[in-house]
Amino acid sequence: MLRGVLVLLGCQLLGELFVVVTGIPVPGPVIGMLLLTLALVVAGRAVPAWLKTVSDGLLSHLALLFVPAGVGLMVHFELLSREWLVMIVTLVISTGLTMAVTGWVFQKIMRSRGGEHD
Amino acid sequence: MTEFWVYFTARPLLWIVLTLAVFMFSREINRRLGGSSLFHPVLISMAILIVLLVATDTSYQTYFEGAQFIHFLLGPATVALAVPLYAYFDRIRENWLPILVAVLVGSPFAVISATIIAWAMGAERETMLTMAPKSVTSPIAIGIVEKIGGYPSMAAGIVLVTGMIGCVLAPWVFRLCRIKDAAARGFAMGLAAHGFGTAQALSMGALIGAFAGLAMAVNGLVTAFVLPLLVSLVSV
Repeated sequence: MLRGVLVLLGCQLLGELFVVVTGIPVPGPVIGMLLLTLALVVAGRAVPAWLKTVSDGLLSHLALLFVPAGVGLMVHFELLSREWLVMIVTLVISTGLTMAVTGWVFQKIMRSRGGEHD
Repeated sequence: MTEFWVYFTARPLLWIVLTLAVFMFSREINRRLGGSSLFHPVLISMAILIVLLVATDTSYQTYFEGAQFIHFLLGPATVALAVPLYAYFDRIRENWLPILVAVLVGSPFAVISATIIAWAMGAERETMLTMAPKSVTSPIAIGIVEKIGGYPSMAAGIVLVTGMIGCVLAPWVFRLCRIKDAAARGFAMGLAAHGFGTAQALSMGALIGAFAGLAMAVNGLVTAFVLPLLVSLVSV
């Protein structure tokens, strides 16, 4: 299990380093995720148990990890009372449209290649 | 009693224990309410903790001194998303063309449509920046908002609400646009409504769920690269 922790934190550290060195404005952990995916693809085997235990443990409690940031909403009461309507309308329209466009494009291309996945 | 309270609030441990306890309690409430995403455990936890902090006149800064240890785990959790991504690797290779095109169209569309609608309704710059990555899974969205100068503390709430909206809208959207293909449905749900969409897609079938999870991961990745670039281009 410690190996899994080491690999996850190590990839994150490499990711953060990469961001600092190159100056690209991408979150360090996202680069870490890419590095780990790449390593898994190169290794080409099933995910080792020591990594799976730790990553499954983290991902199955992902929701808890959002709470501290979420409570930060209390700092924005004033902004929320001013802009809540704009936000709700934006989220509803943009989310609906995004879903429609994405699904439509995906289906269109899949069918034009003759693939059927019903 | 006051002295006791002052002693304890100075200790980060109190806020870690409280966050954990409140979250477990909220999960139980959600379960009793039939697991509806309208009463997501994170939303209930946020409400309870905010009321607690306001009632005890505790600042968010004090709370975060403890809660940051939980927040810290978002980093390794983001890296851990590589494991399910790798699990979909064969499916990615098989369907690389529709995936590539759908994500290259869908990711920028999610960002740009949110920004334009918010701008047209007269939202402030920070509100627009905070809503731009709304369809991206929370750990990545919070990281992006930190980078581009929105309110990271608001990002988590916005992403959650987006997920709920996506789950409610999905059946309507699919009927209206005649999207019948399971893979296309899954991909659309994962891209527009991240983990929430993926969870709902999984309940509709394994294939839909797999494509939703894939879309969530790929969208997070693409947005993390594209959005900061877009912002730096626009604000020059």
